[in-house]
Amino acid sequence: MTSADAVSALANPRFPRVGPLGVVAVALAVSAFYLLVRVGPTALAQATVNGLVTGSYFALGAAGLTLVYGVLKLLNFAWGEYLTLGAYLAVLGRTAFDLPLGVALIFGAVATAVFALLLELSMWRPMRRKGAGMFQLLLMSLGLAFVMRYVIQLVAGTEVRQVGSNVTSTIRVGDIYIGRTQLWAVLVAFAALVTLAVLLRRTRLGKQIRALSDNPELAETTGVNTDRIVLVTWILAGALAGLAGVVYGASVGVITPTLGFGIVLSLFAAAILGGLGNAYGALAGGILIGLVQEWSTLVIAANLKIAVSFVVMILVLILRPQGIFGQARTAER
Amino acid sequence: MVATTFAWVSSPDFWINVAILTATYGIFALGIQLNKGTTGITNLAQAGFMAIGAYTFAILVVREGWNSWVAMLVGVGAAMVAAVLVGLPSLRLRADYFAITTLAFAEIVRYLADNSRDLTNGSQGLAGYNNDWFKLSLSMERRLDDAGIPTPGFLVPLALVSVALLLVLTLLVGALVRTPWGRVLRAIREDEDAARALGKNTLVYKLQSLALSAALAAVAGYVLAFNLTLLTPEQFDPVFTIFAYVIVILGGLGSYVGVVISSFVLMTLLEATRFVELPLPADRVAAVRFVIVGAVLMLLVAFRPQGILGKRQEMVLGE
Repeated sequence: MTSADAVSALANPRFPRVGPLGVVAVALAVSAFYLLVRVGPTALAQATVNGLVTGSYFALGAAGLTLVYGVLKLLNFAWGEYLTLGAYLAVLGRTAFDLPLGVALIFGAVATAVFALLLELSMWRPMRRKGAGMFQLLLMSLGLAFVMRYVIQLVAGTEVRQVGSNVTSTIRVGDIYIGRTQLWAVLVAFAALVTLAVLLRRTRLGKQIRALSDNPELAETTGVNTDRIVLVTWILAGALAGLAGVVYGASVGVITPTLGFGIVLSLFAAAILGGLGNAYGALAGGILIGLVQEWSTLVIAANLKIAVSFVVMILVLILRPQGIFGQARTAER
Repeated sequence: MVATTFAWVSSPDFWINVAILTATYGIFALGIQLNKGTTGITNLAQAGFMAIGAYTFAILVVREGWNSWVAMLVGVGAAMVAAVLVGLPSLRLRADYFAITTLAFAEIVRYLADNSRDLTNGSQGLAGYNNDWFKLSLSMERRLDDAGIPTPGFLVPLALVSVALLLVLTLLVGALVRTPWGRVLRAIREDEDAARALGKNTLVYKLQSLALSAALAAVAGYVLAFNLTLLTPEQFDPVFTIFAYVIVILGGLGSYVGVVISSFVLMTLLEATRFVELPLPADRVAAVRFVIVGAVLMLLVAFRPQGILGKRQEMVLGE
């Protein structure tokens, strides 16, 4: 199943017209054609592969962010640090407990989920009970980002850590190269996201999460246990963040205290592009932001690629704040 | 294990440094106070506006040989124009989308500054913009010496000028928000729909608030530039903006005197931590300072959202 199939299969069936999706498809096709003419098929294919790889980390990271936003309307600026924490916990698992990489990955995800749960209980829930507004919560998350990032630096230092993944071995298909660990990373990311999609679509729990993010009052009156669903959402989102952190850290091979902070705005961009609160949208948004970043390196300086994706995010916010899948209602609330 | 010497309390260098930092962050945070405290808009682009002001000034002086004082005026103008261009489409957005847009804008500015090597020298840093300032600084020092006032260190003139600027600007902005114009800003903060119903073009007022804030950021950028002698893009990290929010919340939303006091308190606290000798390597000691800032922000927001001087009835840290 290609990403495009996955996206269309997962896309909200209530979505009415081709509209924004059509625009995105045309924009992608035009860009691809322009790049094909300008740089040739090999360079374009390589950039596309790189974009899909980066996009899969973004999708994984953005999925948790957007889940939490959907249920709590909380823009968590500390989200990058949840990823960093996951990566460092996996490093800890590898070095202190000598876990195999696959187990360390799960350890990182589970421990981050537990951490996310504890933060909800000790901080976010009490703040909500106090009736904290959007700005208060935004500032809390900025403060939390500082505390988490620098506590990690305090404990682990700024030296580069690794989870012991093989970052030199590459697989060659024709003239296209992909790192072995990167390929694994993409597979893990897609497996996790498909699991999430099935969970949200098929299970009672998933339906309750979606009901809560659609309309909290209505969900509550129809007997959804809001507190419980919020906790479950944090566990899911935390696990996704931890997983994203480990997968990202493993495939770039460099883990520092700013790992998550460096990509957090790209995660926001992915989540916004897909429609904040829309978990399926995060998948498409992540892939698109990954593609935009890598394709941009074909025509302008590579270290401007992140700035390019921010420009895309700002354009989306201004022109279509509900994202390419979101419904207008989502953006108004 | 933890040794602390209090020699810094009587060290003039320490207080000169604190004074310059208080002024830099204070002037910078006045803009955030105007935006958030008075108008109710969450501007996270302040570090970007500061970068635009400081770089415009430095580039005009270094590359084009402009007179510093003219270049500074143009830099302020550039920051204000940028604010209008950013605000025009994004101020119509919901509050949280506006916050993200402005943060992304500040990051775009930083990435561009890092990449436009011909203009900014990238991460190598841009130097040589402070000749005019040095001339003024030296003549000030001479005059102080002539008057028999001791000047411990060449940064004394900068400390004096920047603190004077902070105080003057605080009074000015404080007076400005007590005018009918300021009342409209507060009305927007309290209930934008009501302000609009009274026939006020709220977008124009919000743009003015943002542009004025950007001008203050540019001025803060000059103080920063003269303190550093080398401009690099990483000085304009969004962390600077977060510090401003800490200052504004600490001083109390809506309180301009609070900005001056809390900027001084925070900078004294942070600079003093440099003299606490922890048995840790340097990078970890640096981390302690940021943990303190983050924790102060979280604790304030959670337990004393009105800050030190804020009035609860006027300012509840809500939406």
